[in-house]
Amino acid sequence: MSRSKNLAVKYLTAAVLLFGVMTLSGLMSAVYYINPDFLYGLLHFSVAKILHIDTMIIWLLMGFMGAVYWFLPDEFEREPTGILAAEILFWVFVVTVLVVAGIFTFVQWGPGTETTLWLFQQGRKYIEAPRWAAIGVALVMLVFAWNVVGTALRARRITGVMAVMSVNMAPLVLLYLIAFPKIDNMAVDLYWWWWLVHLWVEATWEILIGCIMALAMMQLLGTSRRIVEGWLYIEVSLVLGTGILGLGHHYFWIGTPDYWLGIGGFFSALEPLPLLGMVVHAVYDAGVHRMKTSNRPALYWTLAEAFGNFLGGGMFGFMITLPQLNLFAHGTQWTVSHGHFAFWGAYACGVLSVCYIALQERRRLVTVNGPGWVWAFVLLNGGLIGMVGSLLVAGMAQAFFERAIGGSTLDAFIAGQENPWFKLGMYSRFGFGLMFAAGYLVLVWNLLALGRREVAVVVQAMPAE
Amino acid sequence: MIWKALYPGRRPFAARPLNDVNLGYITMPFDDPAFWRAGAISTTVVMAIVLVMLTIDSLEAIAPGGSHVPPFTVVNRHIDYVHNAKLGRDMPVVGEDEPLFGKAVNSPEAEALIAQGKLVIQSRACIDCHTFMGNGAYYGPDLTKAWLDPAWEAWVAITGAESREEAMVRFLMAPDQYATWQRRMPNLGISRDEAVATVAYLKWLASIDTNGFPIHFGRIKVSE
Repeated sequence: MSRSKNLAVKYLTAAVLLFGVMTLSGLMSAVYYINPDFLYGLLHFSVAKILHIDTMIIWLLMGFMGAVYWFLPDEFEREPTGILAAEILFWVFVVTVLVVAGIFTFVQWGPGTETTLWLFQQGRKYIEAPRWAAIGVALVMLVFAWNVVGTALRARRITGVMAVMSVNMAPLVLLYLIAFPKIDNMAVDLYWWWWLVHLWVEATWEILIGCIMALAMMQLLGTSRRIVEGWLYIEVSLVLGTGILGLGHHYFWIGTPDYWLGIGGFFSALEPLPLLGMVVHAVYDAGVHRMKTSNRPALYWTLAEAFGNFLGGGMFGFMITLPQLNLFAHGTQWTVSHGHFAFWGAYACGVLSVCYIALQERRRLVTVNGPGWVWAFVLLNGGLIGMVGSLLVAGMAQAFFERAIGGSTLDAFIAGQENPWFKLGMYSRFGFGLMFAAGYLVLVWNLLALGRREVAVVVQAMPAE
Repeated sequence: MIWKALYPGRRPFAARPLNDVNLGYITMPFDDPAFWRAGAISTTVVMAIVLVMLTIDSLEAIAPGGSHVPPFTVVNRHIDYVHNAKLGRDMPVVGEDEPLFGKAVNSPEAEALIAQGKLVIQSRACIDCHTFMGNGAYYGPDLTKAWLDPAWEAWVAITGAESREEAMVRFLMAPDQYATWQRRMPNLGISRDEAVATVAYLKWLASIDTNGFPIHFGRIKVSE
């Protein structure tokens, strides 16, 4: 097996492990809402929360990188340029993540000095990692970009999918640089921070996963490259056509001028369109091939990705994106509900799909099926949808009682959090979180055990081919 | 011309000569990926240019002293948040002199206070429990207008302070001692200087025009 694919398997393994850390810290975050005394004075909510959201970003990023390293040698029929650097940086990445997780857990915070920002904590949501670690991540991204673009240049040929991916590497690397400066003015800080968060997540990541899913569809269903590439370009124009100015839905309340209410509201209301396109594409292709594939879990996770992205990112996002409603829903558990559904649908399902694709080739399985993956699929998706529904109930209660009626003061905040519907939402979120965690355990077991018993059969069957 | 450079194929809206196949309809080359590629590039370029233009304008508006963000020396003034009937939304109003701790600061001093306040906010990861302008975590209350929270009146008595800012400083230095609700803020080792800078930061933050978010802050009381 090629070095790139070996590296891919390492990245995917690390991603699945970090997915576990994210799940565990998510469960912990849920416990604080039910029992505020949980680990008080030892490990506060913010630490669990940071671990939860940061590992989420990192495991998805590692998953994307794994996916790209997996498909790269197939696309170019050669090893990626600079594969040695990528192999070394994988371990740099892993060690960095472990050390930062240790710092967050045991050091937690530092005095209000620049040294703290360099060594322990930057205290900006999603990019809490200290600067030294952020430099490491930037380096990893840079080499990743070099691997993709450099290979295309060396191969002296390029496919449409890889061209899109190569161009996409520039904003992916450049936007990450926003993780470094300390900007005193909160309005300006949030302005640029949203370039990183929104334009990464709702633009460059969408395109990256679009490319990955395009490659996956060709492998899973044998869809023709011409169709996949045509769709990918439509996706790109719709994602960027709506998403670049859709950024404006984050500029309603941070101090920016009020023209953003109109611009952000209009363009972000259109943001579900490309996601609807993905659903149409996926359903059409799966239908044309009558769901026939040798890798059922990968196909189902791909479909879950299409539907989850549209429902979670598109519909749940649309629900709160118009400023007239966002004035009340903003910064409540309603946002959390959308966030969970969107990240899960848009990215997590796609990465899991690639995990199964990689496993099939690596373990030389003629077909991938069996009851294990179905259990994982049902528990994870069921748990996630349950959490999303619970958070929606809590969030709506919070929006009405804290924001609309209470006026968002401390007293109003407490009244919202003590509201019976809010509390019910928090309990049921924890319950569904346990279901999700059970799904994770089944998933890991399934990934480990898949095809182990069938290997002998496969090997015997091979000479006959 | 730009379109031709991007897509050398058939023009998108070109009418084709009437024949048996196309029946004279105006057709577009939907089945050609290169057509969509040209669409993707042109859409992205146009949107990116618009975003850059809006960014230049927005950054001017949100610079200290810009149309939406007062200069840092606003910490020397009284700040209120009132409903503007003409615009139909709540807006901050900067009033008479009301310096923090009774001592006015000049521009460089105010800048230093805000810089230090931001360092405290980042080093303690405040945003991972609280929200600023609604952004962050949702475990603690939003801090956008925290300076104006009516609850501080009670905290003046609880902490035995003589002013709102002193009550805030005492709370920030030992939040575990002044817990009033089941969810308690942990002690984050905030020094007095750091607490003073944080209070200044929150006061300045409350003066930013956030297009009416949060709506009717503190005007309607909620009973327990």
